[in-house]
Amino acid sequence: MSARAEILADVRRALGVTGSEASRRRAVADRLEHAPQGTIPARGQLDPAERKALFRAEAERVLASVAEVASNADVAAEVATYLRRRNLPATLRAGADPYLAALPWQGLELAEGSPDGTAALSRAFGAVAESGTLVLVSGKENPTRLNFLPPTHIVVVAAGDIVGDYETIWQRLRGAYGKGAMPRTVNFISGPSRSADIGRTMQLGAHGPRELRIIIVGGK
Amino acid sequence: MNAAQFTRRAHLALEDKQLQTALSISRDGFTAQRAAAVARLPEFDSLRDSARDIKAHTLAHLDLYLEAYEKRVTASGGIVHYARSAKDANDIVVSICRRHGAKLAVKGKTMIGEEIGVNAALEANGVDPVETDLGEYILQLRGELPSHITAPAVHLTKEQIAADFRRAHRDLPEGRDLTEASALLAEARAVLRKMFLSADIGITGANFLVAETGTSIIVTNEGNGDLAATLPKVHIVLASIEKLVPTLEDAAQLLRVLTRSATGQEISTYTTFATGPRRPGDPDGPEEYHVVLVDNGRSALLGSEFAEVLRCIRCGACMNHCPVYQSVGGHAYGSVYAGPIGAVLTPALVGIENAVDLPNASSFCGACESVCPVRIPLPKLMRFWREHAFERGLVSVRQRLALNLWGFFAKRPALYRFATRAAVRVLAKIDGEDGRLRKMPASWTASRDFPAPQGETFQAEFARRKSMGRRS
Repeated sequence: MSARAEILADVRRALGVTGSEASRRRAVADRLEHAPQGTIPARGQLDPAERKALFRAEAERVLASVAEVASNADVAAEVATYLRRRNLPATLRAGADPYLAALPWQGLELAEGSPDGTAALSRAFGAVAESGTLVLVSGKENPTRLNFLPPTHIVVVAAGDIVGDYETIWQRLRGAYGKGAMPRTVNFISGPSRSADIGRTMQLGAHGPRELRIIIVGGK
Repeated sequence: MNAAQFTRRAHLALEDKQLQTALSISRDGFTAQRAAAVARLPEFDSLRDSARDIKAHTLAHLDLYLEAYEKRVTASGGIVHYARSAKDANDIVVSICRRHGAKLAVKGKTMIGEEIGVNAALEANGVDPVETDLGEYILQLRGELPSHITAPAVHLTKEQIAADFRRAHRDLPEGRDLTEASALLAEARAVLRKMFLSADIGITGANFLVAETGTSIIVTNEGNGDLAATLPKVHIVLASIEKLVPTLEDAAQLLRVLTRSATGQEISTYTTFATGPRRPGDPDGPEEYHVVLVDNGRSALLGSEFAEVLRCIRCGACMNHCPVYQSVGGHAYGSVYAGPIGAVLTPALVGIENAVDLPNASSFCGACESVCPVRIPLPKLMRFWREHAFERGLVSVRQRLALNLWGFFAKRPALYRFATRAAVRVLAKIDGEDGRLRKMPASWTASRDFPAPQGETFQAEFARRKSMGRRS
């Protein structure tokens, strides 16, 4: 017997079942199909403007810095100002996201390549107001390594993509990738990388970015 | 290290001044931070109920969820392996490494990896396993086990860590300044970054496995497990079979209680959902994605009176709130799992005959159960182990005699009342005037006083109050 068969047999013996009981199979199929929601905190259940404000407050609470701009045309200027203020070079690592590529980057250069040691730019799939969390998905548009390797990570998110809770993100992922399917990697990012393992004091920039800059585009 | 010498190690821990300072800092920090996070979320207790119910439902249908999960992993291009024992799991990991001619494996934190001793298995087969969680990395340099589930190196000072780095990072300039924590962090980051970029294999644990999508979830604050899952060409997920949850919705319920209970965070800095290997057009991600599902005693627990312990999501709240753990730290338990959860889980993994002290290392105050995010009745389960130990004759002759003596009286109520009344009077008489007994025949009063009885027996007092209540 294979290890798989043995483990399943052990589990079934322990539970006193055969695995073919119709009621159990139905219970599992139903749950996987309908995905009941459980308890959703009231905190994030707000109108769009309040949701954006909550997202900002929660992201700042976990030490991200946040800027708001009115439209796509203003993103480049905001990025340039941020880089200049931090004394960082005007070159950004980025993937092949068509939205980012189409922005008017006067004076700034977007380049693919290793983000080890330079600032990187990504576009978020969405964001969750409840906890100030950015949601990024893998792919050539926004490579996962950009989320972790650079010392500074700048992430653009549309105000309309800020949702109240994680459950709404699941619905949007199912809409984009299909029921039961997921991108290879989904990253929830809430603030810059940190560790309290040395000297028992929290320090930023453990393995991931020391700085997380969020730019919210649009919204009231 | 083993679980059989709790008492001796607990004594050493109590004498260790540095450990005691570290424990007090982490204790006050973790409990206060958890309390603050709970206060911020009115739905917290409702989420705990939900978390408990999800885990109970999943365990009751574990065979079917394992099958559903496997189907989704396979559909996304990943490979699921099954391992009944620690040895089987290690053999699987080693054979994957060997197939790739791997020399270096970067590791995210994995409790099951520690449980099965995967590092030793890798080393024995020519693969260098490098822990990348900063706390775990420091412990690996020192050859120590973690003392805490979420803060593994909590017992070490900056100065100790600096000395370890000087010893281990020989290629760096000798005169470099390592007095500040920030310098230590920067050095570890640079050393480990090189490892991430050159490793053949990334090994992580999983906080949850999602049956609906075939996804493994890890939570980190450093971003280390996430890099281990992204950069090397092979990602191996080590997970015990009880990590299954049905859906993404269920995972969200559990994530909300996990981080609040662990560190008081609303959510960890990184929560990473990995599903299969790199897709066509992906510029990064592993070429192979393996999941090793480990039983190692879980299915046996599932059919026992200890089944509820399988709900555990490894947050560490029971340790942070345990007066025994707070006093002796994690190493005293002699096991990968310390504190109340360790006191229940360790005897199941190594046999009660090898861990008889652990379910007794409790004052039964119930703090563990009161903070457990999945409401595991830890005191009850510890009591079950005590019963097992007694039935199997594993308790000392003295303890057995004492319990039998107490049992003799307890079964004879009239005699019991008479004897306790007499005892209370005698004890009250030898009281040192302030209600404390300073000298008793047993060793109890060697390090603390014993409160002297101040009047009647409990039963007499209870009867008196009851009749007063009736009159009013």
